[in-house]
Amino acid sequence: MKKFWKNANFALKSGLIITAIFFVIGFVVYLIPHADPFNFNTYQPKLGASAEHFLGTTSMGQDVLWLLIEAIHNSLVIGLIVATIGTVVGVFVGLLSGFAGGALDRVLMVVTDTFVVIPSLPILILMTSLMKGTSTVILIALVLAMFAWAWPSRQIRSMALTLKERDFIQTAKFSGEGTVQIVVTEILPFALTWSLSNFMNATLNAIASESSLAVLGLSPANLISLGNMIQWARERNAIFNKQWLWIGSPIVATIVMFIGLFLLITGYNDYLAMKRGR
Amino acid sequence: MKFRTYFLKRLGTWALTIWIGVTFIFFVPRMFPSDPVESMIGQISARSGSMDPVQMDALRRSLRVQFGLEGSLMEQYTTFLWKGLLHFDFGPSLMSYPEPAGKIISTYLPYTVGLSMISTLLAWIIGNLIGLLAGFRKNKRSSKILEGIAICLYPIPYFIVALVLQIFFAYILGWFPLTTTINSFQGFGVFMASLIKSSILPALSLLLVGTGWWIISMKSLAATTSEEDYVLYARYRGLSEGVIGTKYVLKNSILTQVTALAMSLGGVFGGSIMTEIIFGYPGVGTLIQKAILQSDYNMILGCITISIVAISTATLIVDLVYPFIDPRIRYS
Repeated sequence: MKKFWKNANFALKSGLIITAIFFVIGFVVYLIPHADPFNFNTYQPKLGASAEHFLGTTSMGQDVLWLLIEAIHNSLVIGLIVATIGTVVGVFVGLLSGFAGGALDRVLMVVTDTFVVIPSLPILILMTSLMKGTSTVILIALVLAMFAWAWPSRQIRSMALTLKERDFIQTAKFSGEGTVQIVVTEILPFALTWSLSNFMNATLNAIASESSLAVLGLSPANLISLGNMIQWARERNAIFNKQWLWIGSPIVATIVMFIGLFLLITGYNDYLAMKRGR
Repeated sequence: MKFRTYFLKRLGTWALTIWIGVTFIFFVPRMFPSDPVESMIGQISARSGSMDPVQMDALRRSLRVQFGLEGSLMEQYTTFLWKGLLHFDFGPSLMSYPEPAGKIISTYLPYTVGLSMISTLLAWIIGNLIGLLAGFRKNKRSSKILEGIAICLYPIPYFIVALVLQIFFAYILGWFPLTTTINSFQGFGVFMASLIKSSILPALSLLLVGTGWWIISMKSLAATTSEEDYVLYARYRGLSEGVIGTKYVLKNSILTQVTALAMSLGGVFGGSIMTEIIFGYPGVGTLIQKAILQSDYNMILGCITISIVAISTATLIVDLVYPFIDPRIRYS
């Protein structure tokens, strides 16, 4: 751990710190007992910042700070669910098509390539607008995951294709290991190192897509997410009433969180490149 | 490989992408439990109180025809491919009945195409130039600062950049209108002036995020290219830094960026939709938002089919231009 920290570059360190702070807020601070911020009129509306309400209250008497903490929690949960599904499916499809070859590989690659180039947002809009009103967090996550598997699957496939020809795989094959065993013990470790970077990227993309859908009013209406929080503040004219803490806090939180995640991704990729270089 | 083979192959991929995409958006909604016709009937009967069952059945039938839900699944599918994909006929729009959805889309589409095309090209040019400078002279302090700015811009979702720009420049400073107001009644000059004034902030949002990405990717490309042997050789020959930068580093790294441009178009389109909605810019994004609010499924389906076709075609064009700029590929 100490060695890792010494070798880590600036981007990786700062990204790790920022992301860790958000995870602490979203999964530890979140556990502190508090009134459900979704309920209206819990407190006096339109309060400014004070010792009781660090970020004031909304026009509907909700505590902005707890609204923000729940939003961070839910956005991270959605991001992690989508990234997990996308990565697992992507790695599976990529390895399958890389190792199976032939017709199966060609069919899988045509579908994968289509999903890579097809514009995801319009299709997400179509699907979520059909479930308008009935959508839930799980449904949204599943729909977002439909666009999270294609890119990793393509990358893992090309990784599998080059690894297949390497000497140590040949050695494993000649020493009698079956294909499944080779994939699990020899290929998967390689795939996982890369997948970690893709996993973070998928988390970021999923949170961004969910908040885009929220601005269109297509995210579940009872879900406190960063996107929905921004949208609610917009709908209730927070900009015109100069309630900057209400509209500003989710905007700033999203910006800082995304920069943190992105620094983590680029820092991690550079770190891997440096490790390979030695 | 001959150019003709490449051309035909690429054309095949183009058709296949569109076909898979359109098939996907045709079948997925039909797997959902919600039925647009029944929800429409629900809305109508809620508004008009009790209705005669005979009338109700007639209404249901005519709605099914208009939604393209008449006949077997295969019949619906072929009709959708034939009418929708080949003739851009998606049936009537429900929010401005009986005008065809395709016709309405065609009045909104030019705004989206213009906005996203201009800002994408500008972002590509500016970003690659800055990225080239930053990568070519990667140890300079200014290069690191530029890359830092880019890293802070690129990961932010388009609509947040748009929202922040709107709050600062339109609301607090009041330099620009809060929502788009395009004056098309007082002649061409007034129209253009109002169009440009309303387009600056949306274009700037797209430009900032886009430029960020091109700086980041070009910087790492240029930094790798700068360490190639032929660049070292050019240095030994005593060529000036400017010549090395443009003739050797730029020329070799820009080709990757052309392919990357083709790959990025889908994301840019998504960004354009979001930016338009924030500013109320009269493009496809705003149209989609209106259609969602009024449950106009023909319109939503139309917008999405057209956007899949448009993006695939734009990607195709960039890919087809590529062999003409890359001198290393030769077709005899």
